[in-house]
Amino acid sequence: MSAGDEQARALARIEAFRDRVPRFDDAVVTLAHGAGGKATAALVEDVFVSRLGRGPEGDPLADAAVLDPSGDERLAFTTDAFVVTPRRFPGGSVGHLAVHGTVNDLAMVGARPEALSLAVVLEEGFAVAELRDLVDDIAAAADVAGVRVVTGDTKVVGRGAVDGVCLVTAGIGRIPAGRDLAARHVRPGDRLLVSGTLGDHGMAVMLARGELALEADISSDTAPLAPLVEELLRAAPGLRWLRDATRGGVATVVNELADAAGVAVVLDEVALPVRPAVAGACDLLGIDPLYVANEGKLLAVVPADEAEAALHTARTHPLGADAALIGEVRESPAGVVALATSFGSTRIVDVLVGDPLPRIC
Amino acid sequence: MTFLDDHRDPTAARAVLDAIAGLAPDTPVRLMEVCGGHTHTIYRHGLEQLLPATVGLVHGPGCPVCVLPLGRVDDAIALAEREGVVLACFGDLLRVPGSRGSLLDARARGADVRVVYSPLDALDLAVARPERQVVFFAVGFETTAPSTARTVLRARDEGVANFSVFCNHVTIAPPLRALLDTPDHQLDGFIGPGHVSTVVGTTVYDFVALEHGLPLVVAGFEPLDVLTAVAMLLAQLREGRCEVENEYERVVRREGNPVALALLDEVFRTRPAFEWRGLGTLPDSGLALRPELAAFDAEERFGVPGATVADPRVCQCGQVLRGVIEPWECKVFGTACTPETPIGTCMVSSEGACAAYHEYGRLHRDVAVELGRDRA
Repeated sequence: MSAGDEQARALARIEAFRDRVPRFDDAVVTLAHGAGGKATAALVEDVFVSRLGRGPEGDPLADAAVLDPSGDERLAFTTDAFVVTPRRFPGGSVGHLAVHGTVNDLAMVGARPEALSLAVVLEEGFAVAELRDLVDDIAAAADVAGVRVVTGDTKVVGRGAVDGVCLVTAGIGRIPAGRDLAARHVRPGDRLLVSGTLGDHGMAVMLARGELALEADISSDTAPLAPLVEELLRAAPGLRWLRDATRGGVATVVNELADAAGVAVVLDEVALPVRPAVAGACDLLGIDPLYVANEGKLLAVVPADEAEAALHTARTHPLGADAALIGEVRESPAGVVALATSFGSTRIVDVLVGDPLPRIC
Repeated sequence: MTFLDDHRDPTAARAVLDAIAGLAPDTPVRLMEVCGGHTHTIYRHGLEQLLPATVGLVHGPGCPVCVLPLGRVDDAIALAEREGVVLACFGDLLRVPGSRGSLLDARARGADVRVVYSPLDALDLAVARPERQVVFFAVGFETTAPSTARTVLRARDEGVANFSVFCNHVTIAPPLRALLDTPDHQLDGFIGPGHVSTVVGTTVYDFVALEHGLPLVVAGFEPLDVLTAVAMLLAQLREGRCEVENEYERVVRREGNPVALALLDEVFRTRPAFEWRGLGTLPDSGLALRPELAAFDAEERFGVPGATVADPRVCQCGQVLRGVIEPWECKVFGTACTPETPIGTCMVSSEGACAAYHEYGRLHRDVAVELGRDRA
């Protein structure tokens, strides 16, 4: 047997192992379970999905559920909890995130956001002035997103029971008749569009923590994406699938796409839009911008013949000025995301394991 | 970031690849990159696919996390679990498995383990929390040792009595000697480490050429650096030369960094022997604090179990670290040993050969070529 065959056999064995349902046998929750990678998937599948069942579309409790009460119009329903340190960072605050995160989950299933709920868990001793500022941010963000906060709840817990404040929002939106965005519509040959630069939010927050002794002019991209989605759907009516590239970044979301659609995705390194300041900070820290969180960027899969129209439309929209076509869907190997490097080689882009931790040297 | 971009320029890379193709040997050669940073660059940029079939890259023992033996991880966990102790370390040490789980597990069980980005952060932590004992878990080659040294001196000068260092610093030459002393090493040349050479210079590698007759080229960490070093090694082999050359001249001087070397000498002594994962116990290969700085030595202050713990029997990290097998040839690679549930250290740090291969390289060469073809 040649070395190549042996390698192929070893790789097939490893792929078979990776296709198994992730095993979860941890006794305590670690930060890795919250980072959006494989550990998160294992926790959600084993603890929640196994007990609460799957979403209406058979998805394992998707970011937004699509409900089909009656008639042509469907409803989308989602919820999210928000804790971030620091609560205020260049470009926004946890208040903005609490609105944008939820309305964006709705927009990604093609829904027009209608109403939000807001639950606030406050730590004893939290400054009312800061609370007012956060609520101002929530009101302003909701205003821009064209959505109203229509119900809410407040709880105060003892010192140490929560780190300052935890915001929980739920949102509901309407999906116009005939609109159906899902991974199952994705076909080989389709193109992948990103609406702008990668990693701005994650890097802005990481630097705002002030632990890295690094300063750079980087702002969070937090923004509501529904208006851009409407424009894209007009320009590319065949649009197949949408996702916002939040926790775990573009790499994680594209891996989820490849898995769900049973396709391969080849990303083009040269086409990936990254601001120089973000690229520089990532390089110093040994972090790949493909894995860094965004709060105002979407990924869209469009048919090849609508790709240029989608790109043009995105670039003329204020939220998509740096949009780019960054990849292409292939038939096989199913579930694999690869990156074609600027040097002409190809390598795997895997799901992140745990938190992105800076390397030692 | 034009500085970085210059060394990722595809046109320049094409020229170097053409040169490599012209220098391709008729019989297979095996070149070892010593440093984990190079391993990471090679996989992240898919460089192996770009080389002629007769040029093989072998991954060496230069990832500081990978060479940390099980027993020292257990010692660190024992320190972290002591009442009143805060253990501060770099992020990629958190997941390294000891015989009873990792520091991440210890932290979830209640131990106070903090991620820092430099030893000075750990010292600041000690100043801010005088009621706690802050121990810095120091690892790494001569690359990171100077910053540990500077921190210890500052702790002494500022009288920070609740700060100490659990020292696991090692030196770069002994593992290379150990590898070359193995009679059947089958290596034809080395890509010498970049960062560590900024401190130690290039003379420490002279024995590779003089005593073992092999070429060594110190290289930087951009993909173009690595490819250029490969071309320089192939040129030496073709011309029958064996010299220590320096591709990373923009940063590395032959004499190294005298200030950093003096600092190392002031703070550290060489241990008579130190255990390495996969390589066994190597003489004169580890650094410890000098006796006059013993007050800042966590091993002196607290004592550690200090046991030598054998690697799990299925773990083949040793063979991977010596370049004897490829990561995918290990019996547990990608099944029992994955980045989520690592058995061996090579699967933990992104500079470890197994983790880098798992993250970036799990593509058969034919599939990789196919995916890269005919892109829109």
